[in-house]
Amino acid sequence: MSVSPRPGAALSNLPEMYREMVLVRELSSRAVALQRQGRIGSWLGSEGQEAAMVGSAHALEPFDWVFASYREHAVPLVRGVPVVALFNHLFANVDDNARGRNLPPEYTFREVNFVSVSAPVGNQALQAVGAATAAQIRGDRTVVMTYFGDGTASQGDVHTAMVFAAQLKAPVVFFCQNNGWAISVPTARQSAVPLVERAAAVGLKGIQVDGNDAQEVLDATRAAVDRARSGAGPTFIVAMTYRLGAHSTSDDPSKYRDAAELARAEARDPLRIARAQLGLSDSEDEAIRAEARRAIAEAVAQAERVPRPQAIELCDGVYAEMPWHLRLEQQEL
Amino acid sequence: MPTLNLVQAINDALRTAMHADDRVVVLGEDVGKFGGVFRATLGLQEQFGDKRVIDTPLSEAGIVGTAIGMALYGLRPVPEIQFADFIYPAFDQIVNEMAKYRYRSGGQYPCPVVVRTPFGGGIKGGHYHSQSNEAYFCHTAGLQVVVPSNPYDAKGLLLSAIRGEDPVVFMEPKRLYRAAKGDVPDQDYTVPIGKAKVLREGQQVTLVTYGAMTVVAMEAAEQAAAAGISAEVLDLRTLVPLDLEAILASVEKTGRAIVVSEAPRTGSFAAEIAALIGEHAILHLEAPVLRVTGFDTPFPYALEAEYLPDARRVREAIDRVLSF
Repeated sequence: MSVSPRPGAALSNLPEMYREMVLVRELSSRAVALQRQGRIGSWLGSEGQEAAMVGSAHALEPFDWVFASYREHAVPLVRGVPVVALFNHLFANVDDNARGRNLPPEYTFREVNFVSVSAPVGNQALQAVGAATAAQIRGDRTVVMTYFGDGTASQGDVHTAMVFAAQLKAPVVFFCQNNGWAISVPTARQSAVPLVERAAAVGLKGIQVDGNDAQEVLDATRAAVDRARSGAGPTFIVAMTYRLGAHSTSDDPSKYRDAAELARAEARDPLRIARAQLGLSDSEDEAIRAEARRAIAEAVAQAERVPRPQAIELCDGVYAEMPWHLRLEQQEL
Repeated sequence: MPTLNLVQAINDALRTAMHADDRVVVLGEDVGKFGGVFRATLGLQEQFGDKRVIDTPLSEAGIVGTAIGMALYGLRPVPEIQFADFIYPAFDQIVNEMAKYRYRSGGQYPCPVVVRTPFGGGIKGGHYHSQSNEAYFCHTAGLQVVVPSNPYDAKGLLLSAIRGEDPVVFMEPKRLYRAAKGDVPDQDYTVPIGKAKVLREGQQVTLVTYGAMTVVAMEAAEQAAAAGISAEVLDLRTLVPLDLEAILASVEKTGRAIVVSEAPRTGSFAAEIAALIGEHAILHLEAPVLRVTGFDTPFPYALEAEYLPDARRVREAIDRVLSF
């Protein structure tokens, strides 16, 4: 089932969402360049998925929680994390709030209830259900959103999370960015049915949306968030989008994806769609892009100047208090 | 002071923790109305309601993954994994997530989950109800691993675990659930994590052990005493962080050490203890550090009694180190 934008719906969020979509496009493509130049370790690009990320993030309240995958770079930005904080993480410097302990896309921003990203895909879905259940136990109004990709939808933990969520009526929204590809394997080879059909089997409401239309994503996600908050249960949203770039900076999609498919996807670039909806002139659009480039360049320059952690920190923060065996190992540094 | 068995002491600890702190919740398979297959959660749902004592769908990864999310949100979840042999579907959640949250979030998200699980042999459970798989968790940075051997320690250690700031794998020797009995105060008390306890003082050899093997070590020590040999028995109580000080204090006195553990030998925690004694106390040793352990086989069914270390094998090891 598909939700269409309401006829004549106010596009009040779209100008702001467009600026954020442009910003994260610039952030991601800059991160790829930084990796190529050997200045950061690795990156998982989000080009093409801006409408799905930004539209869904706009449906949440500040007190809501997010358990994301490694390809939702816009979500912390929409929730108010400064660009430089992301780049501090990418450069793994001492201003990074996790002290350089993780790969670039595995960040944490507790101040906006954005929980640590991990690489084993799908684990976060179960944790999201736990946090939502905790909110329910506490009587809080919190809704928990969890993101994952089409490939991850095959993981047992995602299925289990849906079973648990439906059973516990947890206030959670499962948001799948179906970008067409799980590294080199297309979605059609991952699932015999459209992913959204799985919702009915476990007792979730299922919605498939055009993930390249930010307003459509926002409207559908807002409805799911409201539904969760009212106690009516979890929803599984599948946002149909496309990964315009590589899976990661270690990947080369030209080996498995044909150019015609990419060209068709580029014609449905979410930035292009949003720009047309807004009716922006070339000069208006260029002003937005220039502002994004300036913000990213400034953040990169600032973050790159900050030193990396000292060796002595290696053994810090594993436990609440450093146990004797780590103190002993620390002496070998 | 009431006399309780080990599983009743666990139940008492959970009740005490839930009464004192409404953030404490219990979840798992059959933990609600039934009170758990070993009855560790008996009566808790009746007392605290089904929002705090949750019968989950049947999925170990689901139980631990959900508990992690609860802890991140600010609760103190105590999930039960019905048998340690069934913990592997949750292994990823435990080693990659629960153990790593504090570190990878730069301290933003501590993850104080206490995973309780019965472990070890002695109940004719075959290889899916008998394993001693503590080494996997001891090898995982970020976890504490706690193994009580008697009712008093079980209550005090579980209360410490639930109130601590780190994730804990709390391994309960199911062979002692009903066999171990002792006085357990009604009151709220804690036994500190990371502190071993001398169960029996001795002069000539130290038996380093934990869990159900404390009973075997004590039996062997008594037999040795009858033969004129003075053996000390040290119950580790916590494997990580290990009380190395207590081990070294004992070994420096006796000059001989035998680690008694029912887990398979290769890559075992017994091996780690032997290595540490070698690194830190070599000049005090009169003999090699020996290990009396389970075999490097799957846990057997018909030959369970032969697989598990017993007093005879410990006695033989004692004779070997004394005649070295």
